[in-house]
Amino acid sequence: MDKPKRRNTETDPWSGLKMYTAARIALGRTGTSVPLKESFAFKMAHAHARDAVYSSLNLEVLLQGLHAFNLPVHVLHSMASDRMEYLQRPDLGRMLNQASSEQLKEEGSSSTEIAFVLADGLSATAVNEHAIPLLQLLVPALRQAGFTLAPLTVAEQARVAIADEIGELLHAKLSIIMIGERPGLSSPDSLGVYFTYAPKPGLTDEARNCISNIRPEGLPYSLAAEKILYLIQEAMRKKLTGVKLKDGIGLLQG
Amino acid sequence: MARKCEVVTQFRNTIGLRGHLSTRLQPNHPTDDARGVAASIVDGLLYGSGDAVIGINPATDSPAVVRGLLEMLEDVREKFSIPTQSCVLCHLTTTLELLNKSAPVDLTFQSIGGTEKTNTSFGVNLALLEEAWQATLSLNRGTVGKHVMCFETGQGSSLSANAHHGVDQQTCEARAYAVARKYKPLLVNSVVGFIGPEYLYDGKQIIRAALEDHFCGKLLGLPMGMDICYTNHAEADQDDMDNLLTLLGVAGCNYIMGVPGADDIMLHYQSTSFHDALYIRKVLGLRPAPEFEQWLVGQDIIDRQGQLQPAQKQHLLMKIIK
Repeated sequence: MDKPKRRNTETDPWSGLKMYTAARIALGRTGTSVPLKESFAFKMAHAHARDAVYSSLNLEVLLQGLHAFNLPVHVLHSMASDRMEYLQRPDLGRMLNQASSEQLKEEGSSSTEIAFVLADGLSATAVNEHAIPLLQLLVPALRQAGFTLAPLTVAEQARVAIADEIGELLHAKLSIIMIGERPGLSSPDSLGVYFTYAPKPGLTDEARNCISNIRPEGLPYSLAAEKILYLIQEAMRKKLTGVKLKDGIGLLQG
Repeated sequence: MARKCEVVTQFRNTIGLRGHLSTRLQPNHPTDDARGVAASIVDGLLYGSGDAVIGINPATDSPAVVRGLLEMLEDVREKFSIPTQSCVLCHLTTTLELLNKSAPVDLTFQSIGGTEKTNTSFGVNLALLEEAWQATLSLNRGTVGKHVMCFETGQGSSLSANAHHGVDQQTCEARAYAVARKYKPLLVNSVVGFIGPEYLYDGKQIIRAALEDHFCGKLLGLPMGMDICYTNHAEADQDDMDNLLTLLGVAGCNYIMGVPGADDIMLHYQSTSFHDALYIRKVLGLRPAPEFEQWLVGQDIIDRQGQLQPAQKQHLLMKIIK
């Protein structure tokens, strides 16, 4: 009987293109399949991403960072009691639990312009790592531009729309939530920022703008801050957010 | 049953013929960097991917960025005479704005849903879809056909926008197909596992939903493809996708996605790789769209039997990136 022919792994001669992207290109092949080494690397990355989903906010470090801005800080919790419930009941992640909403009602009724919300979303790791450095660029710039800032809030087991309720309770014209995005295989720590003008419960995605993939290997802090400041100014000027507010920053520069 | 429905559509090539399976080359990049996108396009083309469309999900909806990507795709396609179409999957209103400024738009994309409220949450309505359809048709850029719309759907979009009026996910999804077919689309695909475990909890539910979607779409006469995918917060993995890929290949799905290494570095989810498409074509004897297949043979990427050829050290396509 003939011995089975040994199939060698073929490499792709365009591996030089890897310098332009983090995408899994030029993997090579064994037959038509992904080589074993790349297959293992993929499984490892998947395991890391799964860990990020189950990570939690490092409140100690976050609060220390937030207190430096000399604004009141509130730690809030959604109606989803834990991660399992959070994953299966998106509606609960969009609402504050009773204790949290009462806490904000006591803040009084003075109106403000911008309310920042930090929320774990699907990767607390992203918020733990990137929210404070981003705010350190934004808060001084916004103060210099004369905007009034609402008390800062941190929300656990929260989804994007929780900022509608928080923004309304804080009488803010614009709510901005910094939230951990769905972890990707190559990016378990990607931060998303959503803007909502005239926030109130019941709004949907067409009322928002979003800047995503904020992390040093994606959209770096300085560029992200520039885009965020631009969108804040445009939202406040046009008194709206959503599909009618285009990210025209590239047009201005070009 | 879905297999019995042959739905063929055309723009610069012919998609959906029995015995053929096409792929959408999805070369996304987290900052829409032109060279980063181009690198993934080269990789995909050299693996025989891209006959359904070369379709980029932009990271931003900025008209300037979208236009830059459209022009880059146009350059590549013309330079290498690739018989396929391109699409930048931005919001329809952005495409409409660019259409009116003579940007090279082959296909107009939009996510659609099965209730008016869902479509409102996507920022569109039937009149806007009609307007975009007519505007895209008027460019008359297709060479073999006039299907110019590209739609994405997926179970759970109505529920997640609280726009389901108490109706179940599958019914809402079937209603989305009724919206789609009005505009004679080139491509319709359900992004089945993208929505996450809130709506489709695990691999088993994703597989079931995908088969339902493909079946309902085909029955309504749509050129159904499938983004066979899952997110990292779902109870699913690549083995589930391999199973689903095989099932959909048997069911006669029109097209699947081709993402480098199955890992989308912009949208943060896992789909099917260029390698996966080669696998399913090989085991089921499926071939790319005929015009595109001929081009692949002409480029020495595959042989006449559809076998991937040993990679050339200096393929001209590598020169896409200057």
